[in-house]
Amino acid sequence: MVTKNANALRLSAVDRKATSLGLSAGMPLANARAMLPTLKVMTANEPADLKLLERIADWCDRFSPLVALDSPRGLLLDISGAAHLYGGEQAMLDRIRALLLNQGFAVRGAIAGTIVSARALAHYKDGSVVPSGDEASATAPLAIEALNLDPITTHALRRAGLKTIGQVAKRKRNELNARFGAAMVATLDSALGRIETPISPRVPIPDYMAERRFAEPVVTEAIILETLQSLASSLGEILTDRGEGARRLEAAFFRSDGAVSRIAIETGHPTRDAAIIKRLLGEKLDALADPLDPGFGFDLIRLCATRAERAQASAIDFDTRENEKREIAFLIDRLAARFGSHRILSFQANDTHIPEAAALAVPAQYAEFPRISWQATRNGGEAPRRPLRLFERPEPVKVVRVDLPDSPPAQLRSRRVWHETVLAEGPERIAMEWWRHQRAQPTRDYFRVEDEEGRRFWLYREGIEGRETCQESWFMHGAFA
Amino acid sequence: MSDASSKIEFLRASLAKAGLETPDKRSRAPLGHMAADRTLKGGLQRGALHEVFAQSSHETSATGFAAALAARVGGDKHILWIRTDFSALEYGEISATGLLDFGLDPSRVLLLRVSDAEDALHAASDALCCPALGTVVIEIPREPGILDLVASRRLTLTCAESGVTALLLRFAAKPEASAAETRWLVRAARSLSPQKDIEEEHWGRPVFVAQLLRNRHGPLGHWVMEWNADDGDFKEFPNTGVGAADSGIVVSASCDRPFAAAVEDAGDTASLRSVA
Repeated sequence: MVTKNANALRLSAVDRKATSLGLSAGMPLANARAMLPTLKVMTANEPADLKLLERIADWCDRFSPLVALDSPRGLLLDISGAAHLYGGEQAMLDRIRALLLNQGFAVRGAIAGTIVSARALAHYKDGSVVPSGDEASATAPLAIEALNLDPITTHALRRAGLKTIGQVAKRKRNELNARFGAAMVATLDSALGRIETPISPRVPIPDYMAERRFAEPVVTEAIILETLQSLASSLGEILTDRGEGARRLEAAFFRSDGAVSRIAIETGHPTRDAAIIKRLLGEKLDALADPLDPGFGFDLIRLCATRAERAQASAIDFDTRENEKREIAFLIDRLAARFGSHRILSFQANDTHIPEAAALAVPAQYAEFPRISWQATRNGGEAPRRPLRLFERPEPVKVVRVDLPDSPPAQLRSRRVWHETVLAEGPERIAMEWWRHQRAQPTRDYFRVEDEEGRRFWLYREGIEGRETCQESWFMHGAFA
Repeated sequence: MSDASSKIEFLRASLAKAGLETPDKRSRAPLGHMAADRTLKGGLQRGALHEVFAQSSHETSATGFAAALAARVGGDKHILWIRTDFSALEYGEISATGLLDFGLDPSRVLLLRVSDAEDALHAASDALCCPALGTVVIEIPREPGILDLVASRRLTLTCAESGVTALLLRFAAKPEASAAETRWLVRAARSLSPQKDIEEEHWGRPVFVAQLLRNRHGPLGHWVMEWNADDGDFKEFPNTGVGAADSGIVVSASCDRPFAAAVEDAGDTASLRSVA
C-alpha cells in the first residue's frame, strides 16, 4: 500500500512477507523499489478503509455497546461487565480474534485497564490480557513508539536515550512536563494505568436494552416480529420497574455475515406496551425503502430504548375521552413510523397577524398543550375572512383596476386565465412585523374578491404606493371556499 | 314457521344480552339542507365512503364542501386530512386559520402530508381502522391507477367496520366506477349580499352547487347550498337576489335517471327552474 504524503510516495502498510524482506511502513517508495524491484504496489484508499473499519465496529457492537473507532486501523471496546458472558476476559479476546480471523482479517488485540495501555499492548504484545493494576509492569518493557506520540516527541525521547516506556516512566514528572507538555504526561500516565480516560462510543449508549441471540440465524419475518415483541415485553418490564417509558426505540439486526442494520421509531408519549412497540416496528419495517435483507439470517437482534422518559402508570379507565386520546396518539405514532414524524402535523395558533405564520403546523408527536387559543378573524354572521387554501409562495397575478387609491381589482389574470371580479372586500392592511426582519418588509393590502363564477380569491398588493414602492405588484395568496 | 322465527328472536336477544351483537354504528348525519336531507333519507351515511369531485377550477370550493361534510359527520371527533404534496403545490395548503373561519376547530384537525396516492391510500386504510377519528379526508388529485374499484371497496369495508367516515376529495379527475355510497360534483356559485345589518361586508357566505351524481340507496339530486359557519350547517340558498339566478347550471334531463324525484326536490332553487 502506498500513499502520497508531503509530495512523496511512502509505504503506508506492508504485508507480512514484505516485513520479512525488510520493508516497513513510512519508507519512501523509491527506497522500497530499489530494495525490491518486483514490489507490488497498490494505492491506499482511505475512505474505503474507514468504511470497512466502521463495518467491523458495527459487527463488534454485539460484544459491547461501547465501541469507539481508533483511526486508522484500531477499534476500542469497553468490555466492563461484559467479559463474564463469554467466560472471562481471555476467552472473550480469543473469541473475538478467532471470529475476525475467520472473516479474513489480520488481528492484533489486547485487554488492559486503560485505552493507551491496551493500544500499546495490542500493537507490541499481541494477545495479552493485563489485569487491572498491572498496566505499569506490563507496558514498561515496550518501546516508546507504543505510546503513539507524535514523531518529534518520540524522536526527542530516543535522542535522550529513553527507549522503553519503563525508562520514561522513571523520569520525574515535572521534567517531562516542562520538556514535552502535559498531553504527553497524560498519555504516559494512561499507559501506566494511573489515569483512566473513558472511550467516546460511536453511537450513544442506550438507556435500556434487551437482546436475543440465536444459535441458528433467523430469516423469516414472522420470527423476527415475534422476537421484537418478546424483546419489547422484557424491555417494558425494565421500564415499568424504573417508572419510565420509551420515547425513542432502536432495533438493531446483526446479520451472521457481519452486516448490521438499524431501524428507529419515535413515539408521542412514553410507551412500554409490547404490542404497541411491535406494531410500530412492524410498520417501520414495512415502509423501509430498502427492505431489511436477512441474507443468511440474523444471529442477534437487539432492542434499545435510546430515549426514555418518566411515565405515570395509568389504570385502564372507562372514560371514552381518554381512550380516544390514546387511540389517536397511537395512530399518530403509527403514521409517523411509516411516513416520518415531520409528515403528520397538528395545528397550533401563533400570536401574529402575518397570514402565513398565524397558524403553525407542528409534528403531532411533539405537539404540546397550546399556549394560545384560536381566535377567528371574522365576526359572527360574516363570511370567512381567511382562505381555506393558502399558497406557500404567493403567486404573482396581473390586475386591471380603476386608477384610484385602494380600489379593488376589476379583472385579474391568474395562471393564464382572466377572472372578472364581481364582489370585492378590502383592503385589509397587514403590516409586516418590523422587529422580526433586518430589512423592512413591504406592507400588504389584502382584498377578498369573488369572480363571475363564484370562485373566491385572496389577493394582495405589495407595498404602499408612493411610500414603499412605485410599481404595483399583485399576488394571489390563497383561495376561499 | 312461527316456531323458527321465535327461535331466531330468542337467539338475537341472547346475543344482545351477551353484548356480542354489534349495534349499528352507521347512523346518518343531517346536513341541514332540507331537500338534500330528504333525498339522503336523513343525512349523509356515517361509516361509509363518499366522493367529492371538484369541477375544474373549483377545487377550493370542493375543499370547502368536504370540510363542511367532515364537520357535519364527525361531531366533535378528530378529523384526519390526508393530502398529497402535489395537491398542496397546485391548489394550496390547507390553512388552519381558514378552517377556523370556516367553522372547524383546527385543534381537531390532523394533517398528513404524503408524497403520492399510494401512500395516501395506505395511510387512509390504516386511519380508518381507528374509531376515535370522526372523518378521514383523502385528497387525491388527478387519476392515479391505484385508485380503482378494488381500492374503493377496501376503503368502504374498513369504514363500515369502524364507523369512521371517509371523504375522498378528487381534483382534476373524471368519476369512474367505485364502491362509494354517494358521489358529489361540486362547484362554487355567486354568493348573496348578506343581511342589511352588517354594513361593511359585501360578500356573503360560501355557496356551493352540489350535484349528487350517485347515491347507492336513494335518488339523486342537485342543490344550491349555503354553508353557515356559525351554526355549522348547510342552509337553503335563498331564492332571491342575483346569486343563483346566473350561476348557469345545466342539468341533463332526468328521465333517464333511476330516481326522477330528485329534480322536484331541487326545483325550488332558481337555478333549476329553467330546466325543470
